[in-house]
Amino acid sequence: MGLDPSRPVRISFVLVTGLLLAFAVASCSSASAGDKTTLRIWAMGREGEVLSQLIPGFEKEHPDIHVEVQQIPWTAAHEKLLTAYVGDATPDIAMLGNTWVPEFVALNSLAPLDSFAERSKEIRRDDFFPGIWKTNVVNGKTYGIPWYVDTRLIFYRSDILAKAGYKEFPKTWADWTTAMKKIKSQMSDKQFPMLMPTNEWPQPVDFAMEAGSPILRDGGRYGAFEQPAFRKGFDFYLGFYRQGFASPVSSSQVSNLFQEFERGNIAMYISGPWYIGEFKNRLDSATQTKWMTAPMPGINGPGVSMAGGSSLSLFAASQHKKQAWLLMEFLSRPQVQLQFYVLTGDLPPRKAAWQDTTFANNKYTKAFRDQLERVVPMPQVPEWEEIATTIFEHGEQAIRKARTVDQTLSSLDQDVNAMLEKRRYLLAQEKKT
Amino acid sequence: MTRLVVVDETQFGASLDSALTRRRISQVVLYALLIIGALIALLPMLWMLSASFMPTGEASTYPPHLIPTRITFIHYRELFTRLNLGRYLFNSALIAVVVTSVSLVINSLAGYAFAKLRFRGRDRAFRILSLGLVLPVQVAMLPLFLLMKNLHLINTYWGVIIPGMASIFGIFLIRQYALSIPDDMLDAARIDGASELRIYWSVVVPGILPILATLAIWTFLATWNDFMWPLIVLSDEAHYTLPVALANLSGEHVMDTELMMAGSVLTVIPVLAVFLFLQRYYIQGVMAGSVKG
Amino acid sequence: MMGARARAPSDVGKAAWLFLAPALVLIFVFFFLPVLASLVLSVTDFDIYAIAKPSTTRFVGMANYTKLFHSPEFWQALRNTFYFAIVGGPLTIAVSLATALLLNAKLVRFKSFFRTIYFTPFVTTLVAVSIVWRYLYHTRYGVLNYALAHVGIAPIDWLGNPHWAMPAIILMSVWKNFGYNMLIFIAGLQAIPQDLYDAAEIDGAGPVRRFFAVTLPLLGPTLLFVSVITMIGYFQLFSEPYVMTQGGPLRATTSVVLMMYEEGFRWWRMGYAAAIAFVLFVVILIATLIQFRLQKEHA
Repeated sequence: MGLDPSRPVRISFVLVTGLLLAFAVASCSSASAGDKTTLRIWAMGREGEVLSQLIPGFEKEHPDIHVEVQQIPWTAAHEKLLTAYVGDATPDIAMLGNTWVPEFVALNSLAPLDSFAERSKEIRRDDFFPGIWKTNVVNGKTYGIPWYVDTRLIFYRSDILAKAGYKEFPKTWADWTTAMKKIKSQMSDKQFPMLMPTNEWPQPVDFAMEAGSPILRDGGRYGAFEQPAFRKGFDFYLGFYRQGFASPVSSSQVSNLFQEFERGNIAMYISGPWYIGEFKNRLDSATQTKWMTAPMPGINGPGVSMAGGSSLSLFAASQHKKQAWLLMEFLSRPQVQLQFYVLTGDLPPRKAAWQDTTFANNKYTKAFRDQLERVVPMPQVPEWEEIATTIFEHGEQAIRKARTVDQTLSSLDQDVNAMLEKRRYLLAQEKKT
Repeated sequence: MTRLVVVDETQFGASLDSALTRRRISQVVLYALLIIGALIALLPMLWMLSASFMPTGEASTYPPHLIPTRITFIHYRELFTRLNLGRYLFNSALIAVVVTSVSLVINSLAGYAFAKLRFRGRDRAFRILSLGLVLPVQVAMLPLFLLMKNLHLINTYWGVIIPGMASIFGIFLIRQYALSIPDDMLDAARIDGASELRIYWSVVVPGILPILATLAIWTFLATWNDFMWPLIVLSDEAHYTLPVALANLSGEHVMDTELMMAGSVLTVIPVLAVFLFLQRYYIQGVMAGSVKG
Repeated sequence: MMGARARAPSDVGKAAWLFLAPALVLIFVFFFLPVLASLVLSVTDFDIYAIAKPSTTRFVGMANYTKLFHSPEFWQALRNTFYFAIVGGPLTIAVSLATALLLNAKLVRFKSFFRTIYFTPFVTTLVAVSIVWRYLYHTRYGVLNYALAHVGIAPIDWLGNPHWAMPAIILMSVWKNFGYNMLIFIAGLQAIPQDLYDAAEIDGAGPVRRFFAVTLPLLGPTLLFVSVITMIGYFQLFSEPYVMTQGGPLRATTSVVLMMYEEGFRWWRMGYAAAIAFVLFVVILIATLIQFRLQKEHA
């Protein structure tokens, strides 16, 4: 063939030997880092980024502990955590969305924290919002310490609302609808009063819960989607799109929501507390005086919102539970939670932190404090993540008119009942024994 | 044939001119098409390179910029410092090199055995292996994952390396080439008292060096570019290969166009370099393999 | 004289099995066995509960398959995959053939230079390229819509519109993959004897006629082989929708393999996912058998 490959062969030989040596070194050095204990903690999104800034404070207090932070995007976090569980590669602590806690408990992957909490001076259960702490209790045991609370609120352009005649944000569904009609009449074709991406489940779920729907019935054994309560909430949700108040886009199609907000192309957006920080950082100075937060309107008055948030959970397989608990205590201190709030906009789950002047004078967080009194937890079933995904997927079908409401709700029930089949079977088995 | 044409041209001078003009026009058209095609082939990657040097936000402007207004390296710096890309580069390189070197040995031993060694059950074993070429690899992934879990290889380098260490395609490729080694050479070596392993190393390997080079490049590229299995098996970013890390980053930083382009550039450059450097072997291997069937 | 007689066949045989052992063991344990296990898995309801406690697994017979065939999502994934393969395959082949013909033209110089350029997309990492194309396809800031605007076409929401999402992925795949088949076609074209073309030219056949009379028939077997191989590869569509669209919008780009991944590694319904994998296997097997059949007929 006239080719002389012997030189590439020799080069690759050297490369291989070199890399194999490096490989051997790399796989050996993972465990022993001297006398220090290494804690591994996984966190998602912005919280993961910010965690690295909080860690040095902890390491200074505990020089014998080294903390490694790994960041995962929300889009892949659920999968990665489960894969880690399956592969016996879990970290010591993970930040878990509180709706995931029941799932990981069902897998026997988390360590119960009651004994730690009872003896702790830093973490006192009575200082946490009870509705939030409860979301971490499964079968009577606590499996996560609330790290930050999340609930959904309205972010809106106060000047646009004022122009439509509303000095304060509407408190009932009826008022809200009227306001949106008014605003829409003052907008052009390409503008919409509300930005509500179709691939998000909190909106339909929130409205359904406000209408009194339990989402699942019979102890989480069956779907309750065809019941009147869910239908009422779902109809209200679809109304946004059917009446032209919101454009049927998915979140990935929104190129830059801050720009749209600045330009008045949208007037309202439903999101969580971390958006306070985002709005403050990303909106231009002209718009900074023109936005505000408001609690969710309800059917007859102020409405409910989901009791979301993330918790810090300890994995049962962790070899360093005592040290991990120390880190959890550190991150739960009111001062550290305040620092965390300043960095992310995430709200503390501890009443003590809320008493700080940071919040007393903060006009944006007032609405959240108010809403926290009216939060409702999601059904605590291991299948929740998948059920939530199915809810918005079916919602998208209904929105884009591919299906009628009746079809949508009945196929939702069908699909969710199928998902829960194994759970029903296992619960029935448990009853027998 | 040629003679006839020459006679034609000299007898009819006019048609000589028009023939040449037609030739010229065809050439221009052909080159134009080729150049347009080349631009289409290269444009996405040229834009990727260009955007990676743009200041933040410039890639999301209207009308789109093809060339950066000013060149900045901050995205590359961020990738290597805060985002740990050096680690992923190392992981990809390590896995690709180990798989390539190990599989070269394993596949060539087997390929040579199938080609030149006579043993009972050879044809049956060969037929069974051919069956494997029809099976899509995704069918094996679920149980393979569970198998790796039981071997405690989830989230390890070996979990990614082991399934790639032997390949039916590689064995067949080597076998095809090894068939052309003269039997007398092998018999002569046997008569001289060399062991089979000695024969393999001293006679066969030098003889199949070109196809080994082709297979090495092929395996390196395929392993470097592999996505689905590393995505499934690696949960801890410390072990991520570049494609998996890149997909991870794109979930987190979907609005940071320039950063993602820099990440793509870094992922693509090593394979492009290997390919451009060694393309003769690679391309010749593809074309030779296809002619034989 | 030492070793004057030829080596005993049994010794050769022993050595052969030793040479084969590593490869065969690896392939058997890490490929064939899992494929068989997939079949077994598909008749159970192995899921996340079972990973925690294997005793909760139940044998369910054909229930997974029945559920699959009644699932609109599955049929949509199957349709999407066929759409991709049946449109993308021939398109890729057409472009490969066209460029091969271009590169094979006598009047062209710098052949290997252009050949390298055309092959480059094939070599690049699919994930990296998918990310680049995701930005090229941006409705507002993407280069493609900008170029289309110059010829008077309104911006297309490539990745957000269910009707355009799969064509977008097809376009990108054609761009990425045409180089490989192009090489095979070049080899095939070079194997066609020049006399045949000259004879046709003497008979008065123009270039188009020569293509259909000489090139195409002689390239026939190669064309067939390449077509089926390409389509089999395209049936395994996964990375592009995973990175660019996550299977959306409205599941318009969810392929069979992507659905298998979601069911198996996102929701951990491994029994059900194994059924999907097995169906994929059957589809590809049928495609391969069709190819064998056609090849035999034409040989």
